[in-house]
Amino acid sequence: MQIEAKKLEPAEGWVEVGALDVIPRLGARVIHTPGGDVALFRTADDEVFALRDRCPHKGGPLSQGIVYGKKVACPLHNWSIHLDSGHAVAPDEGCAGTFPVKVVNGVVYLSF
Amino acid sequence: MKQRLVLVGNGMAGVRTLEELLKIAPDLYDISVFGAEPHGNYNRILLSPVLSGEKKIVDIMLNDDGWYASNGIQLHKRKKIVRIDRRARKVIAEDSTEEPYHRLLLATGSNPFVIPVPGHDLPGVITFRDIADVDTMIAASKNHRHAVVIGGGLLGLEAANGLKARGMHVTVVHLLQTLMERQLDDVAGGLLQQSLVERGIEFLLGAQTQEILGKKRVQGVRFKDGREISADLVVMAVGIRPNIELAKHSGLHCERGVVVNDTLQTYDPSIYAVGECVQHRGQTYGLVAPLFEQAKICANHLAEAGFRRYEGSLTSTKLKVTGVDVFSAGDFSGGDGAEAIVLQDPTRGIYKKLVVKDNRIQGAVMIGDTGDGAWYFQLMREGTNIADIRSRVLFGRAHLGDSGHSGQHTAADMDDGMEVCGCNGVCKGAIVKAIVDKKLFTLEDVRAHTKASSSCGSCTGLVEQILASTLGGDYSATPKEKPMCKCTDFSHDEVRRVIREQHLTGIRAVMDSLQWKSPDGCSTCRPALNFYLLATWPAQAKDDYQSRFINERAHANIQKDGSYSVIPRIWGGVTTPKELRAIADVAEKFQVPEVKITGGQRIDLLGVKKEQLPAVWAELNKAGLVSGHAYGKALRTVKTCVGSDWCRFGIQDSTAMGIKLEKMTWGSWTPHKVKMAVSGCPRNCAEATIKDFGAVAIDSGWELHVGGNGGVKVRATDLLCKVKTQEEVLEYCGAYLQLYREEAHYLERTAPWIERVGLSYVKQRIVEDATGRQALYRRFLESQKYFQHDPWAERAAGAEAHEFTPLRAIVDASA
Repeated sequence: MQIEAKKLEPAEGWVEVGALDVIPRLGARVIHTPGGDVALFRTADDEVFALRDRCPHKGGPLSQGIVYGKKVACPLHNWSIHLDSGHAVAPDEGCAGTFPVKVVNGVVYLSF
Repeated sequence: MKQRLVLVGNGMAGVRTLEELLKIAPDLYDISVFGAEPHGNYNRILLSPVLSGEKKIVDIMLNDDGWYASNGIQLHKRKKIVRIDRRARKVIAEDSTEEPYHRLLLATGSNPFVIPVPGHDLPGVITFRDIADVDTMIAASKNHRHAVVIGGGLLGLEAANGLKARGMHVTVVHLLQTLMERQLDDVAGGLLQQSLVERGIEFLLGAQTQEILGKKRVQGVRFKDGREISADLVVMAVGIRPNIELAKHSGLHCERGVVVNDTLQTYDPSIYAVGECVQHRGQTYGLVAPLFEQAKICANHLAEAGFRRYEGSLTSTKLKVTGVDVFSAGDFSGGDGAEAIVLQDPTRGIYKKLVVKDNRIQGAVMIGDTGDGAWYFQLMREGTNIADIRSRVLFGRAHLGDSGHSGQHTAADMDDGMEVCGCNGVCKGAIVKAIVDKKLFTLEDVRAHTKASSSCGSCTGLVEQILASTLGGDYSATPKEKPMCKCTDFSHDEVRRVIREQHLTGIRAVMDSLQWKSPDGCSTCRPALNFYLLATWPAQAKDDYQSRFINERAHANIQKDGSYSVIPRIWGGVTTPKELRAIADVAEKFQVPEVKITGGQRIDLLGVKKEQLPAVWAELNKAGLVSGHAYGKALRTVKTCVGSDWCRFGIQDSTAMGIKLEKMTWGSWTPHKVKMAVSGCPRNCAEATIKDFGAVAIDSGWELHVGGNGGVKVRATDLLCKVKTQEEVLEYCGAYLQLYREEAHYLERTAPWIERVGLSYVKQRIVEDATGRQALYRRFLESQKYFQHDPWAERAAGAEAHEFTPLRAIVDASA
């Protein structure tokens, strides 16, 4: 199965981060990077999204939230964040950065 | 091609319907709007404060020209529709403009009733309905002196107050002896009149208007009994009639209003109607809250969503005269079997009356102190049985105890800078600004935009008051049973019933059976469903890991910096040097930043990193320490005093009792957290009377207390009963917790649950029905078989390892 990258081919190269199966459906895993943690989310239908693991509200770790549809609810104060754009669900305002991510043959690649 | 939707009537109900429609089906229709007035849509309710000079026209505009343009809506101002050609499906305006439609929405509102006495058409005789009327009144107040308002109802009194504020000499003429007789009884009407007299308004009661005098302009009014008074301005405010002229001429079935069914459809299936022009189940409505409910449901059907029915509304009334507080709701006159509970304090100008039948509030009338109006209205709408709070209900919600906003209960007295919501730090000014700028109408809107009252909810009443005073009316909709969340129309109780009756054991099955509107629910419904399934079918339901909040996945409590707190169980608060040493060793070994004693007699290790958790737990397990579930919607602690073993006052062994209770109840999942305590004598050092369940030793045994809470809203427990033995304490406690688990809503603590169902109900199930109690107790013990396992030990041994390890750590970006 192949899922297209969310953005254009990134300037930086793709980094293999692991098998799709190690991210729980409707769940998330964290990747430590030199620039801070990145949260990888997997939806019910196996789409994968990557966001900076910081809620735009008070910096809560989004990777620890409940994933539903294409959104995640922050564990600290229950803001909801769109996984595809990183934007907070209105009327809340703010944006968690997104990263290009793709799944090729069951392996997840991230660019950051 | 898109379908065409035409709205006739550019007022609050019609435009609100469009707003609701655009929210759910923004691209379904090409929309055009016809309005007779030369304005956009404005808040008609707020004409009174405009008249009195407290607000300006610009403050009450809801939708300006830009709104129509940006939503692609064609607005025809000053164009009155005079005919509907239903066969050709088009509307025709006075100036012959024609517009075809696929669907037509009528929101023609109402017309003020003009008493057809001689002289009613003289210049200077007006009604009070729109901006033009207000302009006329303001102009008159500048050049004329005497105003006569005919009609002592809500609108008449507001007009009178406004004209008085504009400097006119005002006389209110009323046919009956009581002002606002449809909303107030004699006493309340009298108090209202008195306070208006103090403001300089004069009254002529029991006066029937016979003729309006004058040649070129109004000069006076003559009554049936021969009295005459002089007048330069006469405002007729004797009521409104649904404006059904257009509908009637077009052959639509009308009685008092345009007759609609529960989907707001008229007898012509392509024509819908909402607002004051509508007659639904024999009722017409002149207040805004019902119109907004209609708008929501009508929009749903226009959007072809095809669900929801309008089933009528209960309404409440509030007079918008600054400084004169009047509230009225429901049937205040009583009738068969109804009783009145009355509080009257003439010096303070306060009168409160609740009409009660079978322990349910039928109506409320309040003068002077209306702060609890919203609460009484809620009790009334929800049909709450007030038997248990009857002796206190008239003193208001305040006596229940509140904190976080300095006991402030009257929003009107607050400065803009004063904090309303202590949880989220929202002050009054910010709420008012959001309501005005963002055009918010409901409590839910305000919560979404400002967060006020969205956390602990104790300031809900204040926020409702601010909403009502800013908007000039009570806009809260009639809650039937509230849906669980946006993913479904079913309430918590309905979902629980279906899970039980259809023997559903998985979240997917519930969502399929009840046709959930979202593919995999949301962060509100999934944890609730997971709990309901586990509580109903403990042996069969499979715990859905991803539907639990992080605390219950990580079995630790997430902190603001993303670290976790670890609290081992300390049974009954009794520990040993060995346990303490183990905790100290763990704290040092893992460099835990803070060690703290909790209020529930436990020790909290704060600031543990998630990756460290399994190793921390393994160490604690070695000393026999297990999870304290201090992170869960579960049994938290059983706090105890030292009891008869040591205390010179102790009469029962409270520590042993506490430990037994904790051994029985640990590990149980509950709708919300559960805290217990046991005190060894009535001095109650364990503070058992503010816990979800408390036992207090007495000479003959134990007093059992339920439904206490020491949080935002302090609530002392209710006494459930007295028992003799420790075994009985366990049985009653287990049965009570099982009843709570089986029937409370998810995230409802025992205190609000007991207030909702009533103490008498809990007593009946636990105390009076011995067989039922034993059955509950058995079910509790049965389900404990599946839940009493230490989650820490399992995870220390490697379970759910993915939760505690990063997927990958990338050290170098070029890796």
